[in-house]
Amino acid sequence: MYVYNDFDEAFVRERVAQFRGQVERRIDGSLTEDEFKPLRLMNGLYLQLHAYMLRVAVPYGTLNPSQMRQLAYIADRWDKGYGHFTTRQNIQYNWPKLADVPDILEALADVGMHALQTSGNTIRNVTADHFAGASADEIEDPRPVAELLRQWSTDHPEFQFLPRKFKIAVSGSEHDRAVTRAHDIGVRMVRNAEGTPGYEIIVGGGLGRTPMVGKVLREFLPREELLAYCEAIVSVYNLLGRRDNKYKARIKITVHENGLETMQQLVEERFEAIRKGFTGFDQELLKSIEAAFAPPAYVSKSDEGYEAARLANPAFRAWSDTNLAAHKAPGYTVVSISVKKHGETPGDATSDQMRVMADIAEQYGHGELRISHEQNVILPHVHKADLPAVYAALREADLATANIGLVSDIIACPGMDYCALATARSIPIAQEIATRFDELKIEHDIGELKIKISGCINACGHHHVGHIGILGLDRAGVENYQITLGGDGTETTTIGTRAGPGFSADDIVPAIERLVTGYLDLRQDADETFLQAYRRLGMEPFKAILYPAEDKANAA
Amino acid sequence: MARAFTPKVITANALLEGDAVWFTADDRWTPLMSEAEFITDEAHADLRLLEAQARQSEIAGAYLADAKEGPNGPEPTHFREEFRTRGPSNYAHGKQVDNASRT
Repeated sequence: MYVYNDFDEAFVRERVAQFRGQVERRIDGSLTEDEFKPLRLMNGLYLQLHAYMLRVAVPYGTLNPSQMRQLAYIADRWDKGYGHFTTRQNIQYNWPKLADVPDILEALADVGMHALQTSGNTIRNVTADHFAGASADEIEDPRPVAELLRQWSTDHPEFQFLPRKFKIAVSGSEHDRAVTRAHDIGVRMVRNAEGTPGYEIIVGGGLGRTPMVGKVLREFLPREELLAYCEAIVSVYNLLGRRDNKYKARIKITVHENGLETMQQLVEERFEAIRKGFTGFDQELLKSIEAAFAPPAYVSKSDEGYEAARLANPAFRAWSDTNLAAHKAPGYTVVSISVKKHGETPGDATSDQMRVMADIAEQYGHGELRISHEQNVILPHVHKADLPAVYAALREADLATANIGLVSDIIACPGMDYCALATARSIPIAQEIATRFDELKIEHDIGELKIKISGCINACGHHHVGHIGILGLDRAGVENYQITLGGDGTETTTIGTRAGPGFSADDIVPAIERLVTGYLDLRQDADETFLQAYRRLGMEPFKAILYPAEDKANAA
Repeated sequence: MARAFTPKVITANALLEGDAVWFTADDRWTPLMSEAEFITDEAHADLRLLEAQARQSEIAGAYLADAKEGPNGPEPTHFREEFRTRGPSNYAHGKQVDNASRT
């Protein structure tokens, strides 16, 4: 993976030193909060309900074992012994103290990490397919391009004060695991008619209060033109995007208000004007970055032990049925580690668990770890022969939950347990749903089902693209949960449809149980997923399950 | 017509720890909402908020929050403010343990 060069190292150290001075001046009273706030946000430091929160960037979700160990060290030394992996592949610490933050940033710099541009109206951490470089369906590893975009966007002088935040995702596979259609810019690797790889450029996607599926701005962009083209898009947005109203400032609104054709015309004009400035240095840089992402030295060995372990151990078999994905190299597999044990907080890992995952990655995973936007941790390169040992080590650390893609593999934002913007809690709802379906012992029968929960309309929990989405709101001073159905965050991105009136905190879990068990009666056979059944049948039968007639009489 | 004034407390986050604090009648910041000054007069509320906001080296983001009178002092009326007196629901972290160790 990419290792900081001297420039990166010096830049990050300098920013830490600057922030150290800013924190000192805030504490001694020479900066007011109004003056300090934009400075702390530039360094990923938020002030939440109960404490500060530091959001650390995990570029395109890739970590090496020493970085993961350092995250564990930070959790132990300056926080409460855990970290929260987010839906943008980052990690958040919920309890740092202001005076300690410069030391935390210094500790991150020691392992080539930072918290820059994880907040504010800038280009945020570039996300990518968490199976990058490993997945069998991949055209190309998207991470070199994501790294190029990261270097281009970090401290880009023109783009530090955009109308609003700006999120880019890159996918290198046919199957979109990076939710590219819900980003400001989505970059999808495709091949043209001649078989040449290039990019489909999607623009103006986003969730939040006005969810929009991104639109294709350019069907095929030659690889070498990516940076100039992205610069053209952001530059057009920087001028055209609205600054009069925060809720109309994202590029999705710019595209919606001006129309895709106008955007295309303006971007192409700008692209023509600036492309000559890109003289090829970016492509040289990309080549050196690509070298840093060379595939690991795969080994070839027998996987007989794996098959024997599957036969001998039903728990291992269940785990390997749900938590593995097809790898491009013979004998290898992609392991998803569920950070969603039933009843636990989605995405939270203790420092001990982080160290175990780092050790396993080092011993059995060619030294690579990924954070997924679904708040799990991925070991992208594991030989099948090593799976029994990996499973045993994970089980020891309480990390062997066999629920990837199932009803308890829930995305949930921090919600009102932590977040100052939230209108209701999300974590307890996720905990209760997972606990309930574990009691019912039906989640493997239910099959693939994505539940996503957000604690406010900003949709950090991606509820719009959940097969079942749950949105927590404040209705007259009481927590209330709205259900949306039929959302999809893959290459067939769809915004879910609201099912009807919301449910109280006490009623939402029974409503989800009713909905899911009702689906079991509606599906054609065990292979028809919840989403497929919804697409075949439409909203009505699900609505009838959610709102039985007798309840309707009592409503109003 | 303007809406009738409802009773308030002044609350903020402590500068160094970031935890919720409330402004007392004797100009202290307390981690216990019950010790907060219970404000029933709008003009007094505005004045006290200015005084609270001036204490930049102690707190960040002071605001007026709705409150009601309870047996031991002011109590929250909205669940958000109630959570701020307690901490998160998924772990025994924050005020629910910090304040318990104080008493």
